[in-house]
Amino acid sequence: MGRKLLIDKVNVPGIETYDVYRKEGGYRSVEKALKTMTPDEVVEEVKKSGLRGRGGAGFPTGMKWSFLAKPEGIPRYLVCNADESEPGTFKDRYLMEKIPHFLVEGMITSSYALGANTSYIYIRGEYMWVLHILEKAIAEAYANGFLGKNILGTGYNLDLHVTCGAGAYICGEETALLESLEGKRGNPRMKPPFPAVKGLWQSPTVVNNVETIAAVVPIVNDGGEEYAKIGIGKSTGTKLISACGNINKPGVYEIELGIPVEEFLYSDEYCGGIKNGKKLKACVPGGSSVPIIPHFLVCKTAKGEDRLMSYESLSDGGFATGSMLGSGGFIVYDEDQCVVRNTWNFARFYRHESCGQCSPCREGTGWMEKVLYKIETGHGQMEDIDLLWDIQRRIEGNTICPLGDAAAWPVAAAIRHFREEFEWHIKNPQLAQTKNYGLVAEKVFEMAQ
Amino acid sequence: MTSTDQKIEFSPENMQLVKRLMGEYPEGKHKSALLRILHIAQRQFGGWLSSDVMDYVAEVMNLKPIEVYEVATFYSMYFTKPTGKYVFDVCHTGPCAIEGAEKLCNHIEKRLGVKEGETTADGMFSWRGVECLGACGYAPMLQLGDSFREFLTPEKVDQLIEELKNKV
Repeated sequence: MGRKLLIDKVNVPGIETYDVYRKEGGYRSVEKALKTMTPDEVVEEVKKSGLRGRGGAGFPTGMKWSFLAKPEGIPRYLVCNADESEPGTFKDRYLMEKIPHFLVEGMITSSYALGANTSYIYIRGEYMWVLHILEKAIAEAYANGFLGKNILGTGYNLDLHVTCGAGAYICGEETALLESLEGKRGNPRMKPPFPAVKGLWQSPTVVNNVETIAAVVPIVNDGGEEYAKIGIGKSTGTKLISACGNINKPGVYEIELGIPVEEFLYSDEYCGGIKNGKKLKACVPGGSSVPIIPHFLVCKTAKGEDRLMSYESLSDGGFATGSMLGSGGFIVYDEDQCVVRNTWNFARFYRHESCGQCSPCREGTGWMEKVLYKIETGHGQMEDIDLLWDIQRRIEGNTICPLGDAAAWPVAAAIRHFREEFEWHIKNPQLAQTKNYGLVAEKVFEMAQ
Repeated sequence: MTSTDQKIEFSPENMQLVKRLMGEYPEGKHKSALLRILHIAQRQFGGWLSSDVMDYVAEVMNLKPIEVYEVATFYSMYFTKPTGKYVFDVCHTGPCAIEGAEKLCNHIEKRLGVKEGETTADGMFSWRGVECLGACGYAPMLQLGDSFREFLTPEKVDQLIEELKNKV
């Protein structure tokens, strides 16, 4: 059994209330930080912990915090990104719904570390009932002196508010989120300037994922070094993984980073293996944006080593034979699933969610969707595969925000690993309407860059 | 019921909430509350945002109407045309697709007798396929108002439709 730092208490009856949460040791990190540590000491612990952003990019949190500009007389803000929208990802919702005070506590401790006196949680509009859960928790925290003026008599003031989106994946991108939080369309901003210098209302701002902020609680309670003892290499601590697809036990699991993928996928403690005794065909280990990997690269790397649930191991081999930990949205496909159809489905998603600012993404996502639909419905031609490769190549790296990359990668990876399935679709347009291709052979196609 | 049948004015409770939300931001930054306030307006004024409603929101918030229009037309949860009293937002992205979202959509289309984006003749139901709602482990699912209905089957959807019909 791995250690659980975030969700070990989710099943305690009444844990969503302040009283029970407090009795279970809640808000200790606020007491410790505000009464015995300077803000810089809190930042130092986070640096020591090796915590990396849990929203998908994996950037070291302590370093992000240390970039925050601190000009005299200008307010600084902490914004929590609760816009969880990456297909396959539903971990933040679980944490906020089950144990909302954990996020509130993390927000207070983190705001103190950053010198913010007003902080916001931006949650996706579809999670409206979770917004109400959070507002209730925040009201309880105010009532018990953990928010508001002169918190715990330390002279530190903090106001915390929740606001919401209204259906836009793009608002999970931090600058789009800030635009949306300012009451505008979610169009990402050019960087630089980075939010750490000019963020919310042009003031220095840190934007962190829900799970990242929650992880600050155990880091402050037990110390950064203790936290860093969990995990492997530069993948320290625990990670929430939301598992779905053709597995026996879909759901949210907290793992110690570094456990073997095989254990995560097949043990009864986690996914419990492939549903209905089927064979594994492929896996998207970190949300829809990360490359899909075929069955023979899921539990082993191309070098034949055990693949681990860590930032490094999941990306071992680069995009040629690896993928990414991403947001922890772990999607599993069995032998009956069609990669062409799934790739089309994701392409439709990115076309729908493109904000339309940058031509390569606006035009390219729609074009890829159309070509993939053509292949999927039996009207494809062989040159369409190269066309798809060409389009994705021209989107990647050529847009203001990473949505372009996120749209390109799934298409590139599908062609890289499943080219013969695409060809089979094109050669057998009738058959492909009623039958799925099945497993692919163990080879990786060389693709021109 | 459309917004033109009634006077466009927030209820006292909603007006109080609107004021509170605008107060959560620094002086002059109350535009930040726009997204939440549009949700409140949509709910009170018949499930969609007519241009009259958007103008009213602009007036209450002291914004230019265009600032409200551009937001209302960007986000998928706002409707700028009338919808049914109940809207089924059926997730059809990847993980839900694996678990039969398409079959579910087909079933709903047949059961309600209207195509995606249309409303039943009695004004009760609309449905549409939407992108990932963050319930991938509990698929297939749909959103109805503020709630998620998860692990759905055609039978469960039929039951839901009956329940809603009987609620009137």
